[in-house]
Amino acid sequence: MTRKSKRLTLIVGALAALGVAAGLILFALRDNIVFFYTPSELAKKNLAPGMRLRIGGLVKQGSVVKNGAQNVVFTITDKTADLAVSYTGILPDLFREAQGVVADGVMLQDGTFKADSVLAKHDEKYMPRDVADALKKQGVWQGEKK
Amino acid sequence: MIVELGHFALALALALAFAQSVIPFIGARLNDVALMRVARPSAITQFLLVALSYSALTYAHIVSDFSVVNVIENSHSMKPFIYKISGVWGNHEGSMLLWVLVLAFCGALVALFSATMSDKLRADALSVQGLISAAFLLFILLTSNPFARLSPAPWEGRDLNPILQDPGLAIHPPLLYFGYVGFSIVFSFAAAALISGRIDAAWARVVRPWTLLAWIALTLGIAMGSYWAYYTLGWGGFWFWDPVENASLMPWLAGTALLHSAAVMEKREALKIWTLFLSILAFSLSLLGTFLVRSGVLTSVHSFASDPERGVFILAILIFFIGGALALFAIRAGALPVGGLFAPISREGALVINNLLLSVICATVVVGTLYPLALEAMTGEKISVGAPFFNGVLMPIALPLALLMPIGQMLPWKRGDLSAALMRLQAAFLIGVMALAVFFASYGAPYLSVITASIAIYLIVGGLSDLFQRITFRLNDQRAILKRLSNVPLSAIGASIAHAGVGVTLLGLAATGWGVESVIAMAPLKAYDVGPYQLMIEEITPRQGPNYSEIYAQMSIHKQGVMLGRIEPAKRFYQTRKMARSEAGILTIGLGQIYAAIGESHPDGTLDARLYYKPLVTLIWIGALIMALGGACSLADRRLRIGVARRSIALRGREAAT
Repeated sequence: MTRKSKRLTLIVGALAALGVAAGLILFALRDNIVFFYTPSELAKKNLAPGMRLRIGGLVKQGSVVKNGAQNVVFTITDKTADLAVSYTGILPDLFREAQGVVADGVMLQDGTFKADSVLAKHDEKYMPRDVADALKKQGVWQGEKK
Repeated sequence: MIVELGHFALALALALAFAQSVIPFIGARLNDVALMRVARPSAITQFLLVALSYSALTYAHIVSDFSVVNVIENSHSMKPFIYKISGVWGNHEGSMLLWVLVLAFCGALVALFSATMSDKLRADALSVQGLISAAFLLFILLTSNPFARLSPAPWEGRDLNPILQDPGLAIHPPLLYFGYVGFSIVFSFAAAALISGRIDAAWARVVRPWTLLAWIALTLGIAMGSYWAYYTLGWGGFWFWDPVENASLMPWLAGTALLHSAAVMEKREALKIWTLFLSILAFSLSLLGTFLVRSGVLTSVHSFASDPERGVFILAILIFFIGGALALFAIRAGALPVGGLFAPISREGALVINNLLLSVICATVVVGTLYPLALEAMTGEKISVGAPFFNGVLMPIALPLALLMPIGQMLPWKRGDLSAALMRLQAAFLIGVMALAVFFASYGAPYLSVITASIAIYLIVGGLSDLFQRITFRLNDQRAILKRLSNVPLSAIGASIAHAGVGVTLLGLAATGWGVESVIAMAPLKAYDVGPYQLMIEEITPRQGPNYSEIYAQMSIHKQGVMLGRIEPAKRFYQTRKMARSEAGILTIGLGQIYAAIGESHPDGTLDARLYYKPLVTLIWIGALIMALGGACSLADRRLRIGVARRSIALRGREAAT
């Protein structure tokens, strides 16, 4: 092979690999990205049940109810809208009422949210950025005292 | 006083770093040897100054000097001694100082081990290194001063984040930083080559040991971080595709590609420009990682503070260095001498495919990490891209790469014979197929695990086949084995070992599909099944630690009535920060582990628990250790040792002069 045809083969090979990768990425992005909403954004969206979502906000004061060993029902609020969430499993160490929380899961037919993982904020200073932004947007952000 | 001394030393280091970046560079342009030789002493002195500054901060932490803001916010007089030392880098300011310390250390290493390098190359490389130091020192002094005082001083500090109070903190960040920052040396040499317009096989010999060193540290750092996350977060996971983890994976992938392309350049004088590009890329991705972690763009366990001013500053540094290097590359690359040619079926050809696939994997991780940020910046829509995305995209690329790795090893340089290479891999293929049958018969599902595990077995056998065949080929004398082994170049042994290490890790990853997880409320003194084992809570007791109180469950693990051991998963509460943290209980049985984390206890006496049986899970980290061992083996190769390459350049230079 000549220098030119070799270089061409290499370029074609590289482009093919990139093309396959781009295809895989787009395909995977279509199926695997998860959107993040606050309860009030969710209320506006009117999404079909069964879609995977992440919901962020505060755990509403007095809303945590434990049924039996590991079934928990609580409400995520952004002070404008509420969303009832059910979860089975161990809650994170830092899960507390009136604190920031992010729930991963799906919307059910009855308009409640079934979470399969719940993340709480890491310490008293840190709040998931998604939640902080959402609260700022809703105008209920108290800000960092510094 | 000592604290002010540290602050002053840091400012002095900044001034020196500026001098180091300007004077030798001018010297190199004017061919003034005296100016060029300013580079070495200033790099060494700069390191000593930063080390002094770092020691001052460590001293403040050790003696709990609560007039220093950094100590107040991250220490406590009752904190165990080891965390007083490692806690220095368990916060934004301190960790940036460690970053700069490692950077200056790398500069000093270059200065020390370059006795016979050409003055010009050393001057250019050290002046680039000095410029990087200057930028980050400026960043620390202007936005993240670790020596800020507070008056009046409080009596007690706020303690270190409990998640960071772990021996892992003592090992993970220094290793990781040495990996990240180690690539700065390669970056500086690449910039020096571009500035002078000279690049040859000798340059690759200079760069390869530094790449290996950084790569080994990064491999160990990532593995250590992953094991730390595994045992400390209580989720039983070891990799979360968290952007911060990806930040360390990206330079690792680029660095791995660089190791391989530098080999081609050294042996065959080909892929020169590509190797230069990867040298720039590896450190650029390290900088990108630093930006992602330190700017507050992301929030995670790793980002200690979010301050927009810092983010903008790091972004400016990032743009300056990456943009500058790429611009230099764009201007100069065309003028560099073109490398040699080679046949597609050859070691070089295989290494090109390796580079192609590694780059694609790296690009995928970059896209998956940055896409959510870009989308949010442009549309305000928030998304998360997690494990399903990365697994979905990376598996179809990584598995063929694993299949090709032993084949590449079997191909000779210049021109290879594919069927001969495949013949030599007969045993590996055969054992791989047998493994497929065995795994399928014993586990059945999930198919991906069965397939991945068989490929892993093939990769282990195939990786070692080359070495095995070299020493046993037509063997008639047992004693000849050792002699043959001593004749095989250490870098070839290293490659075999490292490839087998990849196989070992892959096997551990595949086996995660065969694990068992159960989340249950456990009653005391009752046995619960987890995979082939039974777990029983013997008692639940409170206990007092140095700066925490905990409730721990003593669990015993049985198999068919035989007790195998006890674990003590605990839930700790740190009084100062009013923060709870789980401590997992782990028992290693063979290569697998039993993993337990406890949650809340209920009025009826039961205790929430997550129980996992993880077969072969330790192989994930053992594989990384083996990879690092392979790297160390390569590094020990006489031809690649740091300094040797330079002697040969110097010799060559002298020959050229005569």
